[in-house]
Amino acid sequence: MAQLMAQPMVNNIQYLNSLSYRSAFMLVLKRDLTIAFRHKDDILNPILFFVIVITLFPLGIGPEINTLSRIAPGIIWVAALLSTLLSLDRLFKSDYNDGSLEQMLLSPHPIFVLVLAKITAHWLLTGLPLIFIAPLLAVLLHLNEHSYGALMLTLLLGTPILSLIGAIGVALTVGIKKGGVLLSLLILPLYIPVLIFATSAIDSASMNLPFTGQLAIIAALFFSTLTLAPFAVSSALKVSTN
Amino acid sequence: MWKWLHPYANPETTYHLTGRLIPWFSYLTIALLTIGLIWALLFSPADYQQGDSFRIFYIHVPTATLSMGIYVGMAIAALCSIVWQLKLADASAAALAPIGAVFTFVSLVTGAAWGKPMWGTWWIWDARLTSQLILLFLFLGVIALHNAFEDKGLAGKAAGILTLVGVINIPIIKYSVEWWNTLHQGATVSKMGKPSMTIDMLWPFIFCYMGFIFLIVVITCIRFRSEILSRNSMRPWVKELVLAEGGK
Repeated sequence: MAQLMAQPMVNNIQYLNSLSYRSAFMLVLKRDLTIAFRHKDDILNPILFFVIVITLFPLGIGPEINTLSRIAPGIIWVAALLSTLLSLDRLFKSDYNDGSLEQMLLSPHPIFVLVLAKITAHWLLTGLPLIFIAPLLAVLLHLNEHSYGALMLTLLLGTPILSLIGAIGVALTVGIKKGGVLLSLLILPLYIPVLIFATSAIDSASMNLPFTGQLAIIAALFFSTLTLAPFAVSSALKVSTN
Repeated sequence: MWKWLHPYANPETTYHLTGRLIPWFSYLTIALLTIGLIWALLFSPADYQQGDSFRIFYIHVPTATLSMGIYVGMAIAALCSIVWQLKLADASAAALAPIGAVFTFVSLVTGAAWGKPMWGTWWIWDARLTSQLILLFLFLGVIALHNAFEDKGLAGKAAGILTLVGVINIPIIKYSVEWWNTLHQGATVSKMGKPSMTIDMLWPFIFCYMGFIFLIVVITCIRFRSEILSRNSMRPWVKELVLAEGGK
């Protein structure tokens, strides 16, 4: 693998052509992870942003424990949306700039598989760390003790949706010079259902009510975006690379 | 039907067709809206509970329902453009987006103006209001994406994908927002039940509604024509047209 990475991209792609779907998926996944681990800032900065945004809320609202525990689910989820949004740019931008994205589109593999691999890598690097760090921040916000399970589960099911939907927006704006603000305008409205169901699941959990209904809907959103979003991403990438 | 339709895939033919249709549609719009609005605002009976402020209904309801319709129309145009690669479908989607945004905005403003005397507040986080606000954001996103690309063809394709993603999301957003509202149950404001309309309220409403529909058609035609011109500005027929009309 390390040798493969050291080779020029072109050889890499030729090698890719002779692969099965599964190994093509794994290759792109490993490549993205390797690149990301060489630029650790890219992984750390969105997490730092997440922590800092959450720190700002108690400062702005006041330290009353009741208020904070009431709004904690919303704050954590909104911060998760924003930090995902910040990190989305990395998904296709550098590949677009150095031309390897175009090579991927030219490869005989369905773009669906390659795109899914890139999105999975993005989620592993941004969504997964959020799930580990969120309980810690929930302690700072005095989240109701019954809610931790719901918080973790909604993040586990919800953050992949954020990466998948976000990928559509990035794919649409990757060719545009100043796509950053535009990206948030395109993507944030589409994040609303996830936000609503996730926070209401956490709220129900805090009142000791069952939250499986909300969780089931988030799961349904996850699977439908998992199956549909890569198609939208592929066609958007074709438009962007033209 | 294709045989009948296919000449209109040619921008020039469609440009002239819409040019011929615009006057008829505008006369119809002016007539319907004049009759409808005067009837609605001056002669139709006032609501027994809400008095005269109820009359904003005649503008609010058509704009609100039609804004959703415009989004669906835009999505159909986007689908046609993606599936059959019809360039004019792109142009019509581009023509529709700002109209939809304005209609959504008007419905929000009239809703706020109606809400103030009825509910005592300009804005509540009611499910319908919230989903209408989100619809406005979706429209603005599509317009922003249109403007972000230099190349109109690329802009149309990109905005088309976004529109289709949005149209899948609209029902999800709508139901999630409704669910969110019933769960949170904030300030409970008695929701406006649909007033069962008497016939002398229904007729002016129908006139207004049809008037707004044709208003959309007229504005779409006008914007569609200018979209066609700007997309085909290098074609000989546009140059001839400019030369012919430049003398006037």
